[in-house]
Amino acid sequence: MALNGITMKIEQRETIALIGQNGGGKTTLAKQFNGLLKPTRGQVLVKGAETRKVPANRLALTVGYVFQNPSHQIFSSKVWDEVAFGPKNAGLNPQDVEERTKWAIEAVGLSGLEQTHPYDLDYGKMKLLTIASIMSIKPEVYCLDEPTTGQDHQGRRRVAQLIKDLNENGATVIVITHDMRFVAEVSKRIVLVAGGRIVADGQTRELFEKTDVLSAAQIRPPQITQLAHALADRGVPPNLLTVREMSDYFAGVLRRR
Amino acid sequence: MQSDGVTVQVEGLTYAYPGHVPVLHEINLRVLKGEMLGIIGPNGAGKSTLCKALNGLVPHFYGGTYGGTVSVAGMSTMEHTVADLSLKVGLVFQEPTNQFSGVSTRVDEEVAFGMSMMGFQREQMFSRIRDSLRQVGLEGLEERSPFELSGGQQQRLAIATVLAVRPEIIVMDEPTAQLDPVGKTEVLETMRALNKQGYTIIVAEHEIEELATFADRIITLQDGRVVLEGSTRRVLTQIARLKKIGVDPPSVTELSQLVAEKTSLTPDQYPITLDEAIDLYRGLLGDAAH
Repeated sequence: MALNGITMKIEQRETIALIGQNGGGKTTLAKQFNGLLKPTRGQVLVKGAETRKVPANRLALTVGYVFQNPSHQIFSSKVWDEVAFGPKNAGLNPQDVEERTKWAIEAVGLSGLEQTHPYDLDYGKMKLLTIASIMSIKPEVYCLDEPTTGQDHQGRRRVAQLIKDLNENGATVIVITHDMRFVAEVSKRIVLVAGGRIVADGQTRELFEKTDVLSAAQIRPPQITQLAHALADRGVPPNLLTVREMSDYFAGVLRRR
Repeated sequence: MQSDGVTVQVEGLTYAYPGHVPVLHEINLRVLKGEMLGIIGPNGAGKSTLCKALNGLVPHFYGGTYGGTVSVAGMSTMEHTVADLSLKVGLVFQEPTNQFSGVSTRVDEEVAFGMSMMGFQREQMFSRIRDSLRQVGLEGLEERSPFELSGGQQQRLAIATVLAVRPEIIVMDEPTAQLDPVGKTEVLETMRALNKQGYTIIVAEHEIEELATFADRIITLQDGRVVLEGSTRRVLTQIARLKKIGVDPPSVTELSQLVAEKTSLTPDQYPITLDEAIDLYRGLLGDAAH
């Protein structure tokens, strides 16, 4: 069984990170949220409606899914057309289609590349394009599958900022990722999936402290958190997540010297 | 790292794909035998193109405008075919499935495929299949389909197909970019083991924190030029420059720069790996306790 006995709730405007090794069920779980997959037992409710009873194409307007592999999603021969497809298909009038397409392309930083063939973009930009093509539908919930794969420093920053902006504008964001440094930056909550079950569900800061849970799931927390764990016997709080938090801690300690 | 001399020499390499502006400008590079060289830089900086120039795919396969010289294992890439060069330089791609022949239904056949194209004898092929699968830790999976393997196993198979011809140099173009953490670790450990056996390894890689633990030297590309190079420590401790170029330094190194503002740490003392950081901060905190 791919998933077994899953019970969870995601609040509106929350950002959560779904983590766990490949084959553990995190993508299968995320596909339940937009009705690509339906439960064999139990139920999944999105905005109070059971996914089994809502047609997939309608659910897709509420829950936008960005696939891990951009080539599974891209089918147009121009960046503009790829992003315009969603709102056009949803029956929006041409002016709105144009407005949203322009907005989404700008938001992911692909302005100027509207006429480019998607396959001429590098992998990182292709992933940003797939995010834009979902943004133009303006879903209330985003599922982003491995958004930082193939992204460089600048691309990661852009995706992190995008998630923050979407969140501030009222969207709920579910990020499936292996990138723990990224999780520490963007998500306050983690759902750890392994063997088709939820192994842990809680605050990022608290979960990254649980070395036994993490090592059982073969997850390594961000380098800074690993350093904090190693220095716990010197009084360093083992739940520091970012470079900034750790340097603030040291500044305090050194000041008191 | 053994230094038996230079095995890769790139001089004044400038290259443009057909109909495009140059993506590499005046690249100069020397790699010593047995060295592990990391190539870092933002997307679009020319890392992949440089990798392809080292086994002759650039320019033989892609065409385009080419200037300068590249010599690997004593062979000029201009004067030798990609087939000849591949006996000395193996190239591993980002997506392992791009490397597969697509016709093999078994792991061992996949390793045999490249060799059979090069006219190896049957008996020799058997022993080399066995050796190269052992080197990447895939022994026992000979009969599996390449497409049923995990990502990390597929990438190790891709490395095995390259190893089978016993090259001197292995070039890898972001070999861990598409893998999950378990797969990344498998491939990085394989890389480390091969380097210990004496293979020269050149790897374009985004995983800077991993690279910090085993690269001898790093070159940084930006817009097709080498903008920062040197020992791994020298390159990774230049926090401000790396960020300007568009590369994330290791977290512990970045931390040390911030902490340095309050201590007497100098950049050459910045840790670049987790283990170094643990030692350094144990010392610092130990002092603070007194």
